[in-house]
Amino acid sequence: MSIYYFKKGEKMKTIIEVKNLTKKFNNVIAVDNISFNVKEGEMFAFLGPNGAGKTTTIKILTTILSPTEGKLKLGGYDVNTQEKKVRENIGVIFQDYSLDDELTAYENLYYHCVLYSIPEKERKPKIEDMLNRVGLLDRKNEFIGTFSGGMKRRVEIARGLLHSPQILFLDEPTLGLDVQTRSLLWTQIKKLNKEKKVTIFFTTHNLEEAEKIATKIAILDKGKILIQGTAKEIKKTTKTSSLEKAFLKLTGYDIREQQADPTDKFRKRFRK
Amino acid sequence: MNSVLIMMWERQVKEYFRNKYRMLATLMLPFLFLIAFGFGISPMFEQTGNGNYIQYLLPGIIGMTILMGSTMNGMSLIWDKKFGFLKETLVAPVSRTSLLFGRCLGGATTSIFQGIIVLILGILLMGFQITDMLLLLIAIPFMFLIALFFNLLGTSFASVFDDMQSFPIIINFLVMPMFFLSGALFPINNFPDIIKFIASINPFTYCVELLRFGFGTVVEFNVIFSFSILISLIVFLGIIGTHLFNKIEP
Repeated sequence: MSIYYFKKGEKMKTIIEVKNLTKKFNNVIAVDNISFNVKEGEMFAFLGPNGAGKTTTIKILTTILSPTEGKLKLGGYDVNTQEKKVRENIGVIFQDYSLDDELTAYENLYYHCVLYSIPEKERKPKIEDMLNRVGLLDRKNEFIGTFSGGMKRRVEIARGLLHSPQILFLDEPTLGLDVQTRSLLWTQIKKLNKEKKVTIFFTTHNLEEAEKIATKIAILDKGKILIQGTAKEIKKTTKTSSLEKAFLKLTGYDIREQQADPTDKFRKRFRK
Repeated sequence: MNSVLIMMWERQVKEYFRNKYRMLATLMLPFLFLIAFGFGISPMFEQTGNGNYIQYLLPGIIGMTILMGSTMNGMSLIWDKKFGFLKETLVAPVSRTSLLFGRCLGGATTSIFQGIIVLILGILLMGFQITDMLLLLIAIPFMFLIALFFNLLGTSFASVFDDMQSFPIIINFLVMPMFFLSGALFPINNFPDIIKFIASINPFTYCVELLRFGFGTVVEFNVIFSFSILISLIVFLGIIGTHLFNKIEP
């Protein structure tokens, strides 16, 4: 946390520092020597076509994958050596669901409280408050398995906000959500960002959303960062009128082969 | 005590008791073995002067129940990998060793429960007699340790394999020979040398021996010897399992 600079009279620390990050799965390069910084309190959007390496980067930042090369620091802690400290300071909402179907909504959230050592007395009111915010309080004792996709996402949002992390990672949080849930999600996220100064790091395919919400954007393709800056800066550099046009100009019009996630490929080695 | 360990334990136990069909399914095979072998082999066994077969068989069947139930608990890890709950626990600031052991202790608890049900069935249906109530106090902890061992084994395998379809096949491939070549159904003494040798390097042989001791049946090996083997295996697999569990990249 050494870099300080002034912007609109406010001191901002660097909270995520990524230097020369590379991740290889066998010989497939998923992330190719990328570097970027995220300042405290920023809403950082990580954009890119399918297979660009977004999810892999998030997995590395959240300590569940180890990088092949590179230095990463979150809130001043080294991701490789101080995993526990890093984990204490982050919250993650994954791209795919990570709830336990055989537990109720309340139990899922309760176990989250245990995992993040939220004091026992605070658990119940906190859980109920969160479930209320996502409109699921009356269904707290129902099994997750009976919930629809959108409802599961709402439970995950509630769970992600239970403990107050310094940095919240969201991997395509709005994928497949209806307008109402999407709006609810961003309202809650913005509130968290404003009130508690939580840094938000998210990926999305919805560029309008990114343009509206992110304070800083990085566009990634084939494992490399093509450009980073504010939406305005990116539009200016690429001489385009919208972020979508800038995105297409940078990444091309080719449709990507819907590749399996590199991890999935890696996993296949172990199958059979 | 470690709250994460308790949480994982509670979760495993809760989910076991919630799923009534799975509960019944895990008891089906031991029940069939008990009936088929109990009624089928019993008269022959007794004619050869080996004593009461039910007294001999039941500890083996309880062992089988624990062996199969426990190794199959690895499936819950594969399930969690596939449906995401594992990720939720892995990004949390908790020790992975507690996650692993909480899981395995929870699985061990449900296995003991199955074992006790089989014991009760044996007493009620087959006329099994508990000769010494005090020994039973040893039998239950033995059951627990055996269950812990096979939970660690199943979970270690599940850490490496990801495929829901092949996991049960792999486990069966491992478990079936362990069961049949262990002296759980017949005394090892009557086996040819090669099988005797295999039985002597089969961990399950010693588990059955310990159960026999706990239920007051004749044993072939020294109990302290069998017990030391089981404990060493638990320590060994504890280390291997922790290593493999730490290496999981969801």
